[in-house]
Amino acid sequence: MLVAESSATVAFAKFRGDVADATEEGKSAALRDMARAVRRDIVTMIDRAQLGHIGGDLSVTDILTTLFGAVLDVDPEEPGRPDRDRFILSKGHCAGALYATLARCGFFPREELSTFMAPLSMLNGHPDRKKVPGVETNTGPLGHGFPVGVGCALAAKVQGASWRTVVVLGDGEMQEGSNWEAAMTAPHYELGSLTAVVDRNRLQQGAGTEETKRLEPLADKWRSFGWEVRDVDGHDYAALLQAFEPSTTGAPVAVIANTIKGKGVSFIENRVEWHHKVPNTEQVLAAMEELSR
Amino acid sequence: MTFQLAENAQTFDCRQAFADELAALAREDTRIVAVCNDSVGSSNLVGFRNEFPDRLINVGIAEQDLVGVGAGLANGGLIPFVSAAAPFLTGRALEQIKADAAYSDVHVVLCGQSPGMSYGELGPTHHSIEDLSWTRAIANLPVIVPADPVQTRAAVRWAAAATGPVYMRVPRFKVPEVTPEGAEFAPGRSIRLTEGDDVTVIATGTMVSRALEAAERLREDGIGLRVLNMPFVDPLDEQAIVDAARETYGIVTIEEATVSGGLGAAVASVVVEHRPAPMRILGVRGEFAPTGNASFLLDHFGLNAYGISSAARGLIDRAGG
Repeated sequence: MLVAESSATVAFAKFRGDVADATEEGKSAALRDMARAVRRDIVTMIDRAQLGHIGGDLSVTDILTTLFGAVLDVDPEEPGRPDRDRFILSKGHCAGALYATLARCGFFPREELSTFMAPLSMLNGHPDRKKVPGVETNTGPLGHGFPVGVGCALAAKVQGASWRTVVVLGDGEMQEGSNWEAAMTAPHYELGSLTAVVDRNRLQQGAGTEETKRLEPLADKWRSFGWEVRDVDGHDYAALLQAFEPSTTGAPVAVIANTIKGKGVSFIENRVEWHHKVPNTEQVLAAMEELSR
Repeated sequence: MTFQLAENAQTFDCRQAFADELAALAREDTRIVAVCNDSVGSSNLVGFRNEFPDRLINVGIAEQDLVGVGAGLANGGLIPFVSAAAPFLTGRALEQIKADAAYSDVHVVLCGQSPGMSYGELGPTHHSIEDLSWTRAIANLPVIVPADPVQTRAAVRWAAAATGPVYMRVPRFKVPEVTPEGAEFAPGRSIRLTEGDDVTVIATGTMVSRALEAAERLREDGIGLRVLNMPFVDPLDEQAIVDAARETYGIVTIEEATVSGGLGAAVASVVVEHRPAPMRILGVRGEFAPTGNASFLLDHFGLNAYGISSAARGLIDRAGG
């Protein structure tokens, strides 16, 4: 099991404090900086491993950055604190983005990122809670994280605890039936402490979601299941921060975060072939240059 | 020691013992919750729901959600007993059992109700003869098959005190008491019910009482059957298996399950690796059951005292005894 790095946790605690005190523009600027650093780490990790899901990593980065940078009550120094907020990346193939974010928060030393998917690394291609602090459940097969998140929220309700649970799903992942089972359970139990975020980048491995198996009208589907739905730009920090506010109705909250797969690197953006393609050396340099502007 | 079945012994559906023990535990420990898939009645959890309405979670007819929710409840500090008919719990939610419970290593107790062929006439869709093979193949998942109400209670207690995931069957097919007073219940430990140096029968669950019946019959013919009740299909009591292979002419295994990968296959692995000995593996072999009630089906597949006696005699004949 990896352990926290205190210099990073101290720096991150200060970052969280600064973000909390900042104006709306200040918050967005700080989160943008963090996201850019996370994206650079993702590209470096994938370049080194010659493996990874770059498109989905880059689409979900702003969501992860906003959650960890300004929303979730988690403590890298005490990742198992019983009343912590629960965060679950149901689209576990985007582990690279999660690891880069967790390292940035100090959950483990950033140098560890260089071992991503190397033999015997703690950083498996999909997250393992026994190896990586901050991971609540082992995801990878799609349609698993969301029901577990419903269970976390139910556990809070049964015990009268106040933690929040946030689950991030891929949009293609919404084709899994288990997610709709969970989507029925949460409103039935009035789990207002639960937020499900769909990374709506409109692409899945082989084609667009609407060509593969139509998801639209996605917001209406969630609404009809009894969720409070917030349909936002998934790269707009202010909009995300508002969307991650607690439920106003007592119903669980579904955030449709409209994103661009590959966001931040122009030649990767919105191209289906970049689901898990690995950039060559020139492309890595070009990507790093774009992400350093 | 020799355990003898009582004459005209009363028989029990173990689901009642399961429900009673779970309720008793829930009174002692507020972390105990029950989770089911509309199976409140078939899991005998009506009493639990009446006593602990906020601690019975019904996710409706949705087994994948059932196991995932169970894993989440465990993450949140509770001890969930996730209960559903064994075929649907293990068949529909096998990947959740693997990833959310076993690989994620959370303390979820998976309770497969009405396993084996106890749903009889409802047919092979409702039979759970594959569950032992499926669950035994998963790392970090003890697999328990209780033989009677006493062992069912012990399994519930043991599972509640475990630290990781557990799969346990909860037998519906009625069985007599077969557990001697003070019998140990621990992983990797079997219970020797009869002494015998001719053939060993390793039985689990509903088959244990049938093995005892076979031992009584063969005793009349001067054949000594050593009956081992093996409640943990994983981890096995390897020492007892090796001893049996060394000390008796051979081993008969019997389970209310397919022979592809269950108790018999597990025992055979230990035998061939440590002490090769002749074996007969009794169970369902490569077919789906015909129509019939549970009692008929067990007889149809030779899962009875006669089947065990014949297999034991075959091993003795083979040894030239």
